[in-house]
Amino acid sequence: MPRILTGFFVALFAVMMAACSSTPTKEQEGAPVVDGVQRPVPKPTEKPVQVVETPVKTAVIEKPTQLTGPAALKDPNNILSKRIIYFDYDSNLVKEEYRPLVAAHAKYMSGDPKAKMIIQGNTDERGGREYNLALGQRRADAVKQMMSVLGAEGGRVETVSFGMEKPRVEGRTEEAFAQNRRAEIVYQTD
Amino acid sequence: MQKIRNYLFLLIFFVSACAQAQIRVEVIDGGATKNPPPLSASDYPCNYAAGGGIKQYQVAILPFRDETGVKQPVSPVITADLLRSGLFKMVEVAGAKPQHEPEQIDYASWRGRGADAVVIGSVAAMPDGRFEVRFRLMDAAQQTQLAGLSYAASATQLRLTAHKIADAIYERLAGEPGAFATRIAYVVRRPGKRFELQVADADGFGPQTILASNEPIISPKWSPDGSRLAYVSFEQKKPVVYVQSIATGARTAVANFFGSNSAPAWSPDGRRLAVVLSRDGGSQMNLINADGSGQPVRLAASASIDTEPNFSPDGSTIMFTSDRGGTPQIYRIPVNGGTVQRVTFEGQYNISARHSPDGKSFTYIHRCGGRFSVAVQDMSSRQLQVLTEGALDQSPVFSPNGRMILYASEIGGRGILAAVSSDGRVKQRFTESSGDIREPAWGPIVNK
Repeated sequence: MPRILTGFFVALFAVMMAACSSTPTKEQEGAPVVDGVQRPVPKPTEKPVQVVETPVKTAVIEKPTQLTGPAALKDPNNILSKRIIYFDYDSNLVKEEYRPLVAAHAKYMSGDPKAKMIIQGNTDERGGREYNLALGQRRADAVKQMMSVLGAEGGRVETVSFGMEKPRVEGRTEEAFAQNRRAEIVYQTD
Repeated sequence: MQKIRNYLFLLIFFVSACAQAQIRVEVIDGGATKNPPPLSASDYPCNYAAGGGIKQYQVAILPFRDETGVKQPVSPVITADLLRSGLFKMVEVAGAKPQHEPEQIDYASWRGRGADAVVIGSVAAMPDGRFEVRFRLMDAAQQTQLAGLSYAASATQLRLTAHKIADAIYERLAGEPGAFATRIAYVVRRPGKRFELQVADADGFGPQTILASNEPIISPKWSPDGSRLAYVSFEQKKPVVYVQSIATGARTAVANFFGSNSAPAWSPDGRRLAVVLSRDGGSQMNLINADGSGQPVRLAASASIDTEPNFSPDGSTIMFTSDRGGTPQIYRIPVNGGTVQRVTFEGQYNISARHSPDGKSFTYIHRCGGRFSVAVQDMSSRQLQVLTEGALDQSPVFSPNGRMILYASEIGGRGILAAVSSDGRVKQRFTESSGDIREPAWGPIVNK
């Protein structure tokens, strides 16, 4: 099978190369033929191809019933169940990809005036414990800042830091470090 | 509680690599002394301490009279203390005839074996059940008494008494106070993420857990009188600063404000703490009362991280870590506010500064060669010396006499405590048999 496949790709490649060389570009049209080889113009097809309009219907994936209220926070189908925002090394910038997550939690907070949230900042294990505590605080604050802009009331959002003390993944690999540079959203009802 | 007494033991493993006067302190464990690889790419060269010879005192410590019958023989503890300092070499005393009084000392023999001084003593039961412990430190050449004291001690105080005798001998010969009769505190992380705040003698003996938690504990700091510990506990799912009495175990949350509360530092009078709070946004230093009363007073206001405050011994100035210049560096500010001065200029990462007891230098973590190393810097000349080569050394703190710097390090991925003399020449290691040990704090010299 692999041999057949290889043969197929070699053939395909040859065809493509041939196609490349034989397809004149705008600039080549009328340009002198350098290799001196005349090529036949392909014959027009005898019959024009019939264009048939096929009706298209988009399939709909049935959505499970969306839970609302506090239950939504733990519904794995709800974005509110996503609670972790990861950060780049030495950065407290909330990346654009996390905006929908933060926005969803901001909306939840503004929709439930009794809800209370804690954002826990974390760092990887390089560096000092207290200094990392301050860096983790900065990450938690950055998430809160975005959440406030999106409508969450600041007084009900507490930001704290665990610094390097509570890694998600133990170990000194870049992967572990990346998993540990994070802010986690926790609701008081969790 | 008794079981854990045996967990912690002290290993003396490495002695200065000096050219001419090679000293050998007892090597209990010679394994795993290789430096771990750097954590990150080399970003700044290391200015390592030069090392060099140490003046060592050769001492003959004779068995004390009647010490073998008591719970804790005294002379072995004195010997271990003095050896650990790296400043003493022991003259072999095995086989010598008993010598407990000055007139019994065979000076010629001791001088012949190179002794500068001879220590003799006795332990005698007193009518009230306690023991009278006496010692004399004799000059081997002059045949005169250099020091001599008598102590009344209960059986459980014999070990402390031995440390006090070691302090007296050390002070008389080395010319600075000893710090053997002191205690240290540290955090042990056991498998299963259990954290224990422990207090032990400075030689690692008799550890006692004063707080156990399933959440991290960091930054223990002794009160200046040694009666209390301030620390940060995460038991409430956030960092909160507590003060706990060593004797009674009573504890108070002294900083538990909205947000994070961390990095406690005692004022020299023991009445106030500098702490870092995030309640005003960011991480900012505040002064609070050590009993938790009243409202915090902001120490400095910045848009940057300001953390790890540490009072100067005279209480006038606070050193701290700040990234106001773009990288974390050490700064200082008058306690009553005023101009902030930067004090570290070499490298891109300088944190965790602690004053020496005399205030003339400070120790901190300096990143160089891709490692987080313990450094010491002269306050006035700004001369910096790197003392260690761990991958991620942490939390250095001076012994109360300024001789040693205790810090957290690691071997084979395990957290250990290590100590280095402030001149970089003597190194010691403390390991813990069933957990990671970290976050050391060295208590004060009390009842001097």
